Amino acid sequence: MLLLGGSAGSFKLLFRLVKLLPHDFNKTVVIIIHRKKNFFSEIEKLFAENSRMLLREISDKDPIDSNAIYIAPANYHTLIEKKGYFSLDVSEAIWYSKPSIDVTFESAADAFGKSCTAILFSGANQDGAEGLLKLRQSGALTIAQHPEDAEMAEMPNAAISIDGAEYILRTTEIFELLQNGT
Amino acid sequence: MREILGKDSNLTTPQLTELIDLVKKIHGFDFSDYTKASLKRRLARIMMLKKLSFYDLKHILVNAPAFFQEFLEEITVNVTEMFRDPAFYKALNTQVVPYLSTYQHTKVWCAGCSSGEEVYSLAILLKEEGLGKKSFIYGTDINTEVLKEARKGIYSLRKIKSYAENYLFTGLPGSITDHFTMMYDAAAIHSELKQNTLFSVHNLISDTIFNEFQMISCRNVFIYFETELQERILDLFYKSLCPLGYLCLGNKETIRSDSFRKKFKVINQKENIYQKIGA
Repeated sequence: MLLLGGSAGSFKLLFRLVKLLPHDFNKTVVIIIHRKKNFFSEIEKLFAENSRMLLREISDKDPIDSNAIYIAPANYHTLIEKKGYFSLDVSEAIWYSKPSIDVTFESAADAFGKSCTAILFSGANQDGAEGLLKLRQSGALTIAQHPEDAEMAEMPNAAISIDGAEYILRTTEIFELLQNGT
Repeated sequence: MREILGKDSNLTTPQLTELIDLVKKIHGFDFSDYTKASLKRRLARIMMLKKLSFYDLKHILVNAPAFFQEFLEEITVNVTEMFRDPAFYKALNTQVVPYLSTYQHTKVWCAGCSSGEEVYSLAILLKEEGLGKKSFIYGTDINTEVLKEARKGIYSLRKIKSYAENYLFTGLPGSITDHFTMMYDAAAIHSELKQNTLFSVHNLISDTIFNEFQMISCRNVFIYFETELQERILDLFYKSLCPLGYLCLGNKETIRSDSFRKKFKVINQKENIYQKIGA
């Protein structure tokens, strides 16, 4: 499972990544991106139209497909269940964010641990840092975007400062890594 | 050695099972079909808030009966908003309310109503559409404490401000503040709206049918339940609805089971509004 988390300044990058992934990527990709609750964005539509992989916004208890991209819906937290499906939660926002990257990362660490790869991108708060650390502690491969490449460096910096990221990679390196398969 | 749950420790699956069994045995509440990852998070949260280790939590659940209400309140998610998902209220208004208005009297059940925001949202909608005098809304929850809040119907101004923004997106003609009496830092829902509501304790897992309804709204409750339990509750809802009655689930909660897909017709796919069909 490949987990991608980002906030302010990560949208364009994630969009480019989604566009790049081949139809036979053969991994579950979960994208958690912060956005406003009543902001009727066309994010999912835009992503789906430009993706070669099956892409969908997560609904409660959706089974996790091994070759698809999933987007965490706005105004819910997305959790990953051991039994192989997603579940949603409307509890308190974390770092003013719902979806919170921490919540998804932590549940992924608990459910699938070392079979996960997680990348934390640009963002203006520290959501995702703790989650990345949990993933790292459970044996996952964890990566932070190099703060110099991030439009908003706070999010990758937060992860780096608590030693949550095993690798700190340049944007070009991240793209190369994903193109060659992780 | 006592283990204190710090930020980076976690409940193990056997510990989770142990707590579920204990709560069931001692307090009669069955959390075994709750969604696990979410339940684990809630338990970890309560342990952190109360600074309890796993053993402390077990001890207090056994020996301090008064603690259980607080536990229940923390374990269940009570985050709610008025007019959450404005598009849902828009769909309700255009696709369901015209049918409800053909009844002499409309009974609505809001299941898992928490502190009442959704009950009052429905009350406002029905009033604005002229059904205020001929509708009645039952709000139920397993949690007695949140029901006390619901009965009060008083919300902070900060919250009302964000509810007003939701309301704006519903396309309803009025203004949310028309239905509140403003106080210094809070707003109280008009008593006229309160008169058409009744809040009481009901446990979806263990309690049964208590009335017949033209509409049931149970939004963002199923997300905490595993699919088998969802189906048991769907059966309860099916039996509690009048013929052609409406069922509203949360934005991301769909009816998955084939047998219930035959018993409910989809009225709005995106907003998960269904209508009871069949015998």
